Amino acid sequence: MAGGREIKTKIKSVQNTRKVTRALEMVSASKIRKAQDRMRASRPYARLIRQLISHIGQANTDFVHPFLTQREETRRVGYIVVSSDRGLAGGLNSTLFRRLLADMKSWQDQGVEVDVVCIGQKATAFFRRLKVNLLGSVTHLGERPQLEQLVGVMSIMLDGYSEARLDRVFLCYNDFINTMAQKPRIDQLLPLPVEEALETRHDWDYIYEPDAETVLNQVLTRYVESLVYQAVLENLASEHAARMVAMKSASDNATKLIDTLNLSYNKARQAAITQEISEIVGGAAAV
Amino acid sequence: MSTIRCDIVSAEDEIFHGNVSLVVATGEMGELGIAPRHAPLITRLKPGYVRVVLENGESQEFYVSGGILEVQPQVISVLADTAIRTKDLDEAVARKAKEEAERALANRGQAMDVAEAQARLAEAVAQLQALERLRKNLKH
Repeated sequence: MAGGREIKTKIKSVQNTRKVTRALEMVSASKIRKAQDRMRASRPYARLIRQLISHIGQANTDFVHPFLTQREETRRVGYIVVSSDRGLAGGLNSTLFRRLLADMKSWQDQGVEVDVVCIGQKATAFFRRLKVNLLGSVTHLGERPQLEQLVGVMSIMLDGYSEARLDRVFLCYNDFINTMAQKPRIDQLLPLPVEEALETRHDWDYIYEPDAETVLNQVLTRYVESLVYQAVLENLASEHAARMVAMKSASDNATKLIDTLNLSYNKARQAAITQEISEIVGGAAAV
Repeated sequence: MSTIRCDIVSAEDEIFHGNVSLVVATGEMGELGIAPRHAPLITRLKPGYVRVVLENGESQEFYVSGGILEVQPQVISVLADTAIRTKDLDEAVARKAKEEAERALANRGQAMDVAEAQARLAEAVAQLQALERLRKNLKH
């Protein structure tokens, strides 16, 4: 029964692995819901601020903010990469990074330089190894990311853009479509893609305190911040969804493996018994 | 009494929405009281409280640490930077933040920017004031 004992230990170890993957799956399943709630909670802000921008756009046309104007030449681009802090989430991060690298390469081929800031440990670890300009990173955002945690990395990019060091800024994250599907996305953050006016023109203007420029500046900065924040929340929900699916298939695979191992264990046992019997019979016949 | 819709949101959460008859907030140029049919206005907010008076005369207070107030013919929107309900404010945390900001101001030019520390100090003071007001109201 030498083979039998080995198989038994193997089964034990696969069972232990299955326990872990099951637990991870269940933890992620419960976290998805909370992450989705948080995604939903942050939407009214984005909606209101978008309204506000379109109102200012309609009411005051003589002031054009740099965040809204396209630059003729692109010499250097920035990426804000949103990733998860932890692994075991299937191909979530690697798919995003693969797309990102292709995108970066197309810029570099045109002679455009690339700067990166990272949100989340996986991106930081990934880009530290590569030859790109890693300007900043923030990790360990936890289950409840706060906007304040992100302000540091965002201001690196926003300042870079305002001071004309960067000509475009992109935001990369995993878009949460549903539990089964997450899509890596690379959106242009700055200059803001110009949206068409949704409502009819107003013939009134606001009273600005202190003045239009200051207010518009703050509104646009907040808008960009809320876009990044939203992306972080989307990515968090995606992370849990991807982990849940990955862990579910891992648990299923473990179950299948245990079944096969059980079968070969039984076969080995049966073979051992049969052999023993035939030896006894053979021995008896010899006597 | 006429009313107007009011939305108070922060990036993290929706804080308040409903019909109100008055909104009081601390704008950058001074205190503002906004009643229905106010002229369109946009202003930045200073750290402080936003008070809304509901249709039935009750009033609610929310602490904001900055943000934007927008007045339109049909709606008043407050885009708060971080608005937490006043009741939830932890006095100890506010005091600690103040101490930290003061300490940072003491060693100028080091890790923290002076302007940032001043802003944090103003914020902490405003939080304490909001709490004191709330406590006074509870006693009555």
